[in-house]
Amino acid sequence: MHSESAPAPAPPTRQRLSIAIVALGGQGGGVLADWLVDVAEAYGWIVQSSSVPGVAQRTGSTVYYLEAAAPIAGAGHEPVLALMPVPGDVDLVVAPELMEAGRAIARGLVTPDRTTLIASSHRIYGITEKSAAFDGIADPQPVLAAMRREARRLVLFDMERACAQTGSVVSSVLCGAIAAADALPFPRELYEEAIRRGGVAVEANLAGFAAGWQRARDPEAAAPGVAAAAAPSDGPTTEIGRRLDARVRAEFPEALHPAIRDGVRTMVEYQDARYAGEYLDRVGATLRSDAAAGGAARDFALTGAFARRLATWMAYEDAIRVAELKTTSERFDRVRADADAGSTQVLQLTDYLHPRFEDFCEMLPAPIGERLARSPAAARRLGPLFRRGRRIETNRLRGFLLLRLIARLRRWRRASWRHRREMQGIEAWCERIRRIAAMPDAALELIESQGVVTGYGDTRERGLRRFESILQLVDRDASAPDLAARVRRLRTAADPDES
Amino acid sequence: MAERSFSKEIEKLRLGDGEEFRGEGILAVTKALLQSGVGYVGGYPGAPISHLMDVLSEAHGLLDDLGVQFVANASEAAAAAMLAASVNYPIRGAVTWKSTVGTNVASDALANLASGGVTGGALIIVGEDYGEGSSILQERSHAFAMKSQMWLLDPRPRLPSIVEAVERGFELSEASHTPVMLELRIRACHVYGRFRAKANRSPAFSVQDALDHVRRDASRIVLPPASFEHEREKVERRWPAALEFIRSRRMNEFIDGPREDLGVIVQGGLTNALLRALELAGVARPDGSTDLPIYVLNVTYPLLEDEVVRFCAGKRAVLVVEEGQPEFIEQALNSILRHADSPTKLVGKAVLPRAGEYTGPALLSGIERFLGEHAPAAPRAHAASGTAGRISSEAAALAPAIPPRPVGFCTGCPERPIFAAMKLLQRDIGPLHVSCDIGCHLFSILPPFNIGNTTMGYGLGAAGAAALRSDRGKRPVAVMGDGGFWHNGLTSGVGNAVFNRSDPVLVVVDNGYAAATGGQDVPSTRTPSKTRSTRHPIATAVQGVGVDWVRVVEHTYDVAKMRDTLREAIASPGTGPKVVVAASECMLNRQRRENPQRKRRIAGGERVALDRFGVDSDVCTGDHSCIRLSGCPSLTIKPRVGRPPAATVDRSCVGCGLCGELADTAALCPSFYRMRVLHNPTRWERLRAGVSGAIIGWLQRRAATRRLRHAF
Repeated sequence: MHSESAPAPAPPTRQRLSIAIVALGGQGGGVLADWLVDVAEAYGWIVQSSSVPGVAQRTGSTVYYLEAAAPIAGAGHEPVLALMPVPGDVDLVVAPELMEAGRAIARGLVTPDRTTLIASSHRIYGITEKSAAFDGIADPQPVLAAMRREARRLVLFDMERACAQTGSVVSSVLCGAIAAADALPFPRELYEEAIRRGGVAVEANLAGFAAGWQRARDPEAAAPGVAAAAAPSDGPTTEIGRRLDARVRAEFPEALHPAIRDGVRTMVEYQDARYAGEYLDRVGATLRSDAAAGGAARDFALTGAFARRLATWMAYEDAIRVAELKTTSERFDRVRADADAGSTQVLQLTDYLHPRFEDFCEMLPAPIGERLARSPAAARRLGPLFRRGRRIETNRLRGFLLLRLIARLRRWRRASWRHRREMQGIEAWCERIRRIAAMPDAALELIESQGVVTGYGDTRERGLRRFESILQLVDRDASAPDLAARVRRLRTAADPDES
Repeated sequence: MAERSFSKEIEKLRLGDGEEFRGEGILAVTKALLQSGVGYVGGYPGAPISHLMDVLSEAHGLLDDLGVQFVANASEAAAAAMLAASVNYPIRGAVTWKSTVGTNVASDALANLASGGVTGGALIIVGEDYGEGSSILQERSHAFAMKSQMWLLDPRPRLPSIVEAVERGFELSEASHTPVMLELRIRACHVYGRFRAKANRSPAFSVQDALDHVRRDASRIVLPPASFEHEREKVERRWPAALEFIRSRRMNEFIDGPREDLGVIVQGGLTNALLRALELAGVARPDGSTDLPIYVLNVTYPLLEDEVVRFCAGKRAVLVVEEGQPEFIEQALNSILRHADSPTKLVGKAVLPRAGEYTGPALLSGIERFLGEHAPAAPRAHAASGTAGRISSEAAALAPAIPPRPVGFCTGCPERPIFAAMKLLQRDIGPLHVSCDIGCHLFSILPPFNIGNTTMGYGLGAAGAAALRSDRGKRPVAVMGDGGFWHNGLTSGVGNAVFNRSDPVLVVVDNGYAAATGGQDVPSTRTPSKTRSTRHPIATAVQGVGVDWVRVVEHTYDVAKMRDTLREAIASPGTGPKVVVAASECMLNRQRRENPQRKRRIAGGERVALDRFGVDSDVCTGDHSCIRLSGCPSLTIKPRVGRPPAATVDRSCVGCGLCGELADTAALCPSFYRMRVLHNPTRWERLRAGVSGAIIGWLQRRAATRRLRHAF
């Protein structure tokens, strides 16, 4: 979390102030504008506000613009107020979301000589960020840097958190921050009166106002920054763990220990100690190729990336894994907290599962599963059973026991057809990585290509086909100088079936 | 509209003499109509004038007391046609719509109205949807005023000026027997301000009086030879009468300034933006006093030659501030000055943008160029702010780092599954040609759906596919909302496809409201209405015009059913259009209706089940296929350490169930789950939950112990 606040400067002496609220539809920008109109009028100023809501009400970004001016002495004169902001001529910009503050800066509304910028540091992700496969989140750093550079004064904190803490909405927190920032000459009481006069959720809004005020005045008074994500306890806790840990320490360079230890932990949790041993065998083989290609000079970055990717792959998500994750008490607690179900209410938890015929075959012992999957007659006869999704009521006994039963198939997992297919894929991948380890850039791209083999069902099938084409490229053009770039193109290309 | 209350707004409409009105521009217009003794009001909703329609449609008590008729017209053409009541009778009538799209639709009736002329004042309030925030094609209403000879008012964007324009507009219409258009830009419609109200007036001559004393004048009907006479009347009688009225009532304003050699002519609606830009250029002050004299055209059509010539006399150069193109006013002014042999140079589009909204920076830059060319040594009253109007290159460089925020379907919108189903269907049968319409459903053309080829206007989705007929290959798909359907789509799209034996697939989005314009009722609205006749099913209507193949999908969230119905529509043999009515209620309006009821029921101890969806972040692989198929605002992402961001459902989820359906239908992933919280559960439900909870808890503890034993 970023939080900055200079000592409050003296109230401004300008006789006309311009205020832009840059919001997303549904964020209460209009409510905030109404409060500010009320405050300015109660102070005896003349105020005008306008907006272009239109279709922007539906998730788009929109600007509410206000001008407030002291009355002009003498009869017949009144200040001329404009209906839209002019870059370089805005006193206060209010942004209930980080990137919207950035957008205001890019539009020139925030200038170092004039503008107080009050913004929330939390993110509401845009559709392009959300719909990107894997990580499409925009980098906030350029915006944060621009805020510090362009704003005359910056008030920046996580208002969503302040809302959650006070049970209020972001407009009330912003209102408190505006009152505290002294960018406008109006006293605090007028803001609180405006909220009361508004008459909607007054108590919650006043609490939000107070939180916003306090946070803007004294950043230290609020809760400290985001607690660092609790790192998984590093050391082994069982005899099995200690044996595996000893092997990690004996066979691998120290820089790689955290990544490999994470992998080992995942393997034990996913299957058993033997599986973790196989994981270490594969990482060891890659380490040797890496070392032979001078990997030590690169801190064995290749092996590190491989250790992470291999762990993801070896812990492939099959029905057994999903059934396990769905039935833990930790999950039940998490859902219960999220649902806000009190003790007098009953929570019903329904999981939406859709095992396909292929998924069923893959769970069977390899020879049977394979034959069944390749048999058109079986597909014809059994396929209809898998056409529809299953809704499992996981917190009722029947649903829970069904999922636990599937979870207990873990001890037979190695015999399943799915397991055999995954291991064949992994071996083919490892073999090629070792083969091109002397071209570290290309090898790294190939390692990262594991990322396309992800998801479930149809998504995964399409990923596997893409992965196959990457392997073929490596087989065909293993010595091409631009191999890395070509692998990269293939693995980052958009999925045509999903456009 | 049973879901929203406009009682606060209606109170403002009741204000009496001398009381202060505070509120939005478009509501001030509504009040001004009542103060002017209007006899009837109608229109078609659309931003930015929806509020006028919404408030009046709820204000029956007030309107009944005054004797004012309100009609929610079927279309803008229907609204314009309604002004026919002012042809024979001295009744004041007003209609409103979004322009220029609405004016396009209305222009048949408007042209006929303007030809024969009016007896009672006829006012057309057009919400000029131009520039930032606009949702339509960018054109000017000005051309319509010129071509049909209707007067065009463009008042300063402050409430007293807007209210005065309404009052004067009726008088002008009556004095010149000509309909008057009142143009209000988006921001002017939404501007908050104040004015001194007057008491409402009942119409001097009411609709009832007209029916009781029928009058007829064949010379007002558009048929030769009267039509030829109308044209002569327009130029020989109505035009001069209008000029005389505008001049004598001083409808245009002259703002004095010390510079005698320069001046500015501006559309009234741009006056405040102009004064601000002049101030930033250092030649005007916050109280509106200016160094350059300004001629404010509160009437932009017709122009008064004598006023123009007088203003320009002795000036070397005059800046013309006229938004949009073509620059009709600049051309007309040039013509006037040429006829008057005036040496004054007019400067308009030469220094100001030819296209696009006249924002502060655009005006400021034009003024700087104008002053630079014609008054380089002009004394600036005070130093201009060095940075105003300019965006530093550093700030502008930030733009690519900001993710775009296109508009999209609301959380839980029932239209989303229709397009998710189409997307799934396209995976199987290849791309479809989709002819779109106007309405929320047009958001389908944007990510994540990327569905739709064209949109040709309101209600014209099916008509837009008319040429694409073939005996071989896939049928085209047309989409139409219920709003567009009743506006004209039933005849232009459905009936005509039957008539021509065309067989397009037509999806009618029957969400129960004209949702995009604010949720107004339509004939097929499923909730009863106190003031209108609703619940006329779309399926019955299309069968009535001869459609044989109709399927109604009552629950659009059932994606599999939606997809299979569409597939069937595309594949089914036989001629004639295949109509799929996708009938789930607009979620925005449904929530408005149900939320308060639900709260009351929970508080009253009734058993209420509330659904919300969730994603197991352990199980989510972060490929976000679900988001690419859904696009729901409540389906978002959250960062994770060492893995791609997980999908997550935020608290705004309304439990529509689409994400779960998609996970099923597209066999996406097993991450989705539904949380159903039972408020005030029955004793049996509580008991069962308690027992299974205890057993499950015991099993979970046992499993955890075993896990710990075999952990790392």
